[in-house]
Amino acid sequence: MDTINLTIDNKTIEVKKGTSILDAAAEVGIEIPTLCHMKLHDLNIENKPGGCRICVVEVEGRRNLAPACCTDAHDGMEISTHSLRVVNARRTVMELILSDHPFECLICAKSGNCDLQDMAHQLGIREVHYKGEQSHYRADTSPAIIREIDKCIMCRRCETMCNDVQTVGVLSAINRGFNSVVSPAFEMNLDHSECTYCGQCVAVCPTGALTEVDETGKVIRALADPTKTVVVQTAPAVRAALGEEFGLEPGTLVTGKLVAALRRLGFNHVFDTDFAADLTIMEEGTELLNRLNRFLSGDKDVKLPILTSCCPAWVKFFEHQFPDMKDIPSTARSPMQMFGAIAKTYFAEKLAVKREDLVVVSIMPCVAKKYERGRDEFKVNGNPDVDHVITTRELAALIKLSNIDFNALPNEEFDNPLGESSGAGVIFGTTGGVIEAAVRTAYEIQTKKELPRLDFDELRGMEGIREATIDFDGLPIKIGIAHGLGNARKLLEDIQAGKSEFHAIEIMSCPGGCIGGGGQPYHHGDASILKKRQMAIYREDSNKAIRKSHENPYIINLYKEFLGEPMSEKAHHLLHTQYFDRTEKVKI
Amino acid sequence: MPEIKLSENTIQLIKNICAEFENKENELINVLHRVQGKLGYLPAEVQEVIAKELNIGVARVYGVVTFYSFFTMIPQGEFPISICMGTACYVRGAEQVLAEFKRQLNVDVGESTNDGKFSINCLRCVGACGLAPVVTVGGKVFGRVAPSQVKEIIAEYTQSNSADEAKSA
Repeated sequence: MDTINLTIDNKTIEVKKGTSILDAAAEVGIEIPTLCHMKLHDLNIENKPGGCRICVVEVEGRRNLAPACCTDAHDGMEISTHSLRVVNARRTVMELILSDHPFECLICAKSGNCDLQDMAHQLGIREVHYKGEQSHYRADTSPAIIREIDKCIMCRRCETMCNDVQTVGVLSAINRGFNSVVSPAFEMNLDHSECTYCGQCVAVCPTGALTEVDETGKVIRALADPTKTVVVQTAPAVRAALGEEFGLEPGTLVTGKLVAALRRLGFNHVFDTDFAADLTIMEEGTELLNRLNRFLSGDKDVKLPILTSCCPAWVKFFEHQFPDMKDIPSTARSPMQMFGAIAKTYFAEKLAVKREDLVVVSIMPCVAKKYERGRDEFKVNGNPDVDHVITTRELAALIKLSNIDFNALPNEEFDNPLGESSGAGVIFGTTGGVIEAAVRTAYEIQTKKELPRLDFDELRGMEGIREATIDFDGLPIKIGIAHGLGNARKLLEDIQAGKSEFHAIEIMSCPGGCIGGGGQPYHHGDASILKKRQMAIYREDSNKAIRKSHENPYIINLYKEFLGEPMSEKAHHLLHTQYFDRTEKVKI
Repeated sequence: MPEIKLSENTIQLIKNICAEFENKENELINVLHRVQGKLGYLPAEVQEVIAKELNIGVARVYGVVTFYSFFTMIPQGEFPISICMGTACYVRGAEQVLAEFKRQLNVDVGESTNDGKFSINCLRCVGACGLAPVVTVGGKVFGRVAPSQVKEIIAEYTQSNSADEAKSA
């Protein structure tokens, strides 16, 4: 391996050839400030347009300052990262950026979490000397994401996520110079585009230019309405990340405190989406085995692989991009929508409450769920199965607003009957988890034997595409896993070309799965946080007494009392859905 | 934006051009250049076909189209008028010539007249600085143009016989 030697701030260092000055400096503990740059280790995601010029350093013998993020270190370089010239340049650059930025920080959704604000503070900016024209562009509101382009600093992180990582290709810099903005094609609004609402642009936006639609106000009003019974469900990934908003170490599990907080906020029943994840496994697992067994018996009408369908961004992605394959994914609704359907029928009947008087609120790590809940097929006479969706971040804001000392809360348990879940339901929150949960149940139903083990390490990890063969007592089942829509696209193209040998594929839109969702606490470019959340999810699973969906007593009871069998007519009506070809709907 | 339906022939033409560049993403500018050369402009529907062929988001295509002033999404007039804004032409009064064209035709730069006959564009140096200020209409070059001659030039093309002449030029 070729190595080079250089000095940074008088420290001598040996690094691999091809290392950027930024990374070389990090190796000797010098953190050069950056703004547009973003590198998510382990996920192979990097954005380094060299656009903002905050990371400039002085290189001995070089005429101009060098952007550290996109300049390779060379042998013998002598670099200063904080000379007077460098500091002055950085401050000038920051003042120029701020000269075209609205000073709305006190009321901005991103305040306190804004990379631009942090950097202005770090550079000690107390005055902006440049007064000039301000650029203005219309704000754009969609069902899930708000674009406030006046706050955009053209870092292009969203563009990298949308094009290179997710291959959705909705966002791009358009126009030129001062008129340049990040926009969908032909300056159409987001809700007319092929946007999947995965929210990865929101997750990486350094300012308040891209944020989720805030529904906390609606939740507060519902809780204050004495005529309503308000139930809440929380997705698995929320408990592994919410603590970060209250200063806890990433990877801290806060399930008990989360339940306690929701109760104190005034929800009448605190339930768990994990329960519905178990229900999803019953339906999706049964569907998988039906299709598999028909396929193995030579039925030519059956197509494999079966694809998971829990992720709303993934669903919208294939509806736009692969409409010819819309009969391949499982017809099972997502756990969130299954929960809504069961809450507004089974549970409403139990309470003798009218559907219209039952409000279902979802706490999700996801912004696409805000869009999903509004889909027409998930409404009955205009009344949606899920009324409001708030993200992990919005929940944290709600808890803070309500003067609840989160860290001092006791651990409490979910309510029943929609709060009990198996470990299989919990791992839905990470990449690989849905298919592992499905394997735990499908194996036992198919082979009628008890699983010899419950941890499937071959399905776990952070690789973008993973594959494994699971032995179903002599029958090898080939499984594929993809997270990130760009990786999903690769597996889909293989299926299209007839090259796929998988029986089942799990797809999650966000890198890492729901733990890395667009509604989670901001990771600010530190991908190790996602790993810690993932470990927390697996920890929660192994601590559970019941770890297989079909052994959840409340699920067994739900089928006995209400649904009958998995894939029964009632189950089909309430828990399954259909997909649409959306290619024609994109109009300028 | 008015919607247009591309004919099968046009779609095939675009596909062929993309194929000539091996459907490579980094050939986008060359593809756009060639397609505009054939069709005269790059409407949204054309950009969508190109995006699909090169396997990139249509926003990226639109981003490039709006970055370079050479690319246009508006159909060019039957007689595209280009006013040189290069240094020599500029100092010799090209701006006044441009203003007169805009006034006479009642359109802005990048637009076409309602009857589709004329469109106005600016360009940078046609390499005929000795003739500054220079105006081209179609393939024909007019040198040392004064604002007072603008009316005359336009009139040349509003009569059909001279129109044929310009086309062949």
